[in-house]
Amino acid sequence: MSDVAHPQVIARSPIMDSIVRAPGAFYLLAIMGVALTTWTPDFFTPANLTNVALQVAVLTIVALGMTLVILTEGIDLSVGAVLGLCGVAATLMVTAGYSLPLAIGVALVIGMAFGVLNGTLIAVAGMPPFVVTLGAFGIAQSIAMALTKGDSVTNLPSYYRWFNDGVFAALPVPIWATIAAFVVTWLLLYRTKFGRYVFAIGGNRRALVLSGTRVNLYHVAIYAYAGLLAGVASFIMTARMNAAHPTIGIGLEFDAIAAVILGGTSFEKGRGGIAGTVVGTLAVGVLRNGLNLVGVGTEWQVAIVGVVIIFAVGLDSLRRLNA
Amino acid sequence: MSVEVTKLKSRWPSLHTDRLFVVVSRLIALALLVVVLSILSPYFLTWTNFINVLRQASLQFMMSAGLTIVVLTAGIDLSIGAVLGLSACIAASLITGGFMILGIAAALFAGLACGLVNGMLVTVGRIPPFIATYGTLWIAFGLGYVFMKGEVIYGLPEGFRFIGAGFVWGIPVPVIVAVALLAALHFLLQKTVLGRAIYAIGGNPDAARLSGMPVTRRLITVYGLSGLLSGFAALVAIARINAADSSVGEDLLLPAIAAVCLGGTSLFGGVGGIMGTAVGSVILALIVNGTNLLGVQTFWQNAVMGTIILISVLVDQLGGTRLVRDQ
Repeated sequence: MSDVAHPQVIARSPIMDSIVRAPGAFYLLAIMGVALTTWTPDFFTPANLTNVALQVAVLTIVALGMTLVILTEGIDLSVGAVLGLCGVAATLMVTAGYSLPLAIGVALVIGMAFGVLNGTLIAVAGMPPFVVTLGAFGIAQSIAMALTKGDSVTNLPSYYRWFNDGVFAALPVPIWATIAAFVVTWLLLYRTKFGRYVFAIGGNRRALVLSGTRVNLYHVAIYAYAGLLAGVASFIMTARMNAAHPTIGIGLEFDAIAAVILGGTSFEKGRGGIAGTVVGTLAVGVLRNGLNLVGVGTEWQVAIVGVVIIFAVGLDSLRRLNA
Repeated sequence: MSVEVTKLKSRWPSLHTDRLFVVVSRLIALALLVVVLSILSPYFLTWTNFINVLRQASLQFMMSAGLTIVVLTAGIDLSIGAVLGLSACIAASLITGGFMILGIAAALFAGLACGLVNGMLVTVGRIPPFIATYGTLWIAFGLGYVFMKGEVIYGLPEGFRFIGAGFVWGIPVPVIVAVALLAALHFLLQKTVLGRAIYAIGGNPDAARLSGMPVTRRLITVYGLSGLLSGFAALVAIARINAADSSVGEDLLLPAIAAVCLGGTSLFGGVGGIMGTAVGSVILALIVNGTNLLGVQTFWQNAVMGTIILISVLVDQLGGTRLVRDQ
């Protein structure tokens, strides 16, 4: 197998490439959109679509980081638990009277610290990503549980709601945060050395090591960035719930992985991109919203998203075989 | 040359120097735990506590046994906890309804079915094992919730509870079952065609395929066996705790992986064995027992498991050269 990155990546623009490679999410989104619009009058309303966009904001921010991790042939099962820990830490500090900027700083540092832990064990020690991030998941969840003794952090100051309810230039704050996260990630991925490393590590990590580049540094930075985005998303999530429970983010990593794969990012050879991921998160969001509107319980939703993720990876592997 | 010949003639051909590190480090950990816990807690060195630890280790071993075999093929089964939970719910509802044989059969069948689905996804579907079994984790989890509708089933019949809570000559039944399972699986891995194929596939899947092994069929069997063992462990677990609800399997995945890692089985496949997992289960049971005796809050259990996983894999990466993957 030739490892000259991927000929098409060079031939097409990155965005076009992502779009061409994302049929799963596009089809799902189109079918769900048409079906729900005809099925229930509640779907295609401004209020409901805004609701979907707000629900998808947290998922999209987390999934952007997950995309970079999956592009390196890795996985991060810890983001949900890390998000919960960041949310608990920040809300505990704010309710204890510390200033908001300090709380934001601490939460983001916690997110990055778990990313650095993950990245170091994966890149430097050569441990498998799923087992490292599963271990980190356990540690993050336990710390969050122990901090709150298993309870929720409530009685958040009223200004905290701004992270979810605030409106700035006619758009809600979560939407702005998502746009900002997308733009920053896009610039990082397609306009910096960091981004070239993301694709190169997934394409052929060994070649990078052998050519003497500082691959470990960038590999750790990728996981740190994913952790940082989990920290950012934690503020929107806790503000929406108006409370922080230690398990608030559990299962989010699952939706994020589903969205990334639906969005056409492959587990092999660094193929894919973040434009597809946004379509993927919208597809997952509309799917969950639709299941809610039609009256399917949360239990079935979990199983259905499980089927969708396996279906999406199956399609991906078929596409790989044909490529 | 002569070294190689001695190695071949030796009674312990599988114990190379890099494996020696893994074995010795585990024995040291075991000894340290026993010594430290005896000093810290006067209750530790009592017969009741000893039996407790053994029973805990036996349950842990049953939950990690199937996973060990999957890991030996360089795969992973993240769905074991959820599959165990689903099997436990189905079995408990049928058994309390009076259909004991049917309940046992249904639990085993549900586990086997989930395992075979995993095997098909990994082989025919060509989906990476951690993502395929992560998908089935959530499917089994969701089905368990749908099946139970939030209810808790408790009060299983005495006859059934024997396999989880009974005693034979003062020894808990789960311990006897675990020892029998250990012997059977050790025989399977060392002396049967399937067992040797498991090591061969884990060591080098391409070589296994090129030498004519039916890799696809073997892998489906392995994942099926893992699911079947999860169903079996579910029966022992509900017999022990005398209750089942949809969350029964929720916190079992991390300890199961921890026991396998503590047992020195390489996550890259082909190295390790079921004996290691038995030792790993005992070490893990001692750690859990120690944290209980010392009054550590249960909130920290996942952190303890996570740390154990990370440290034991890290130590093997640094100490055992065979375990390090090409970077």
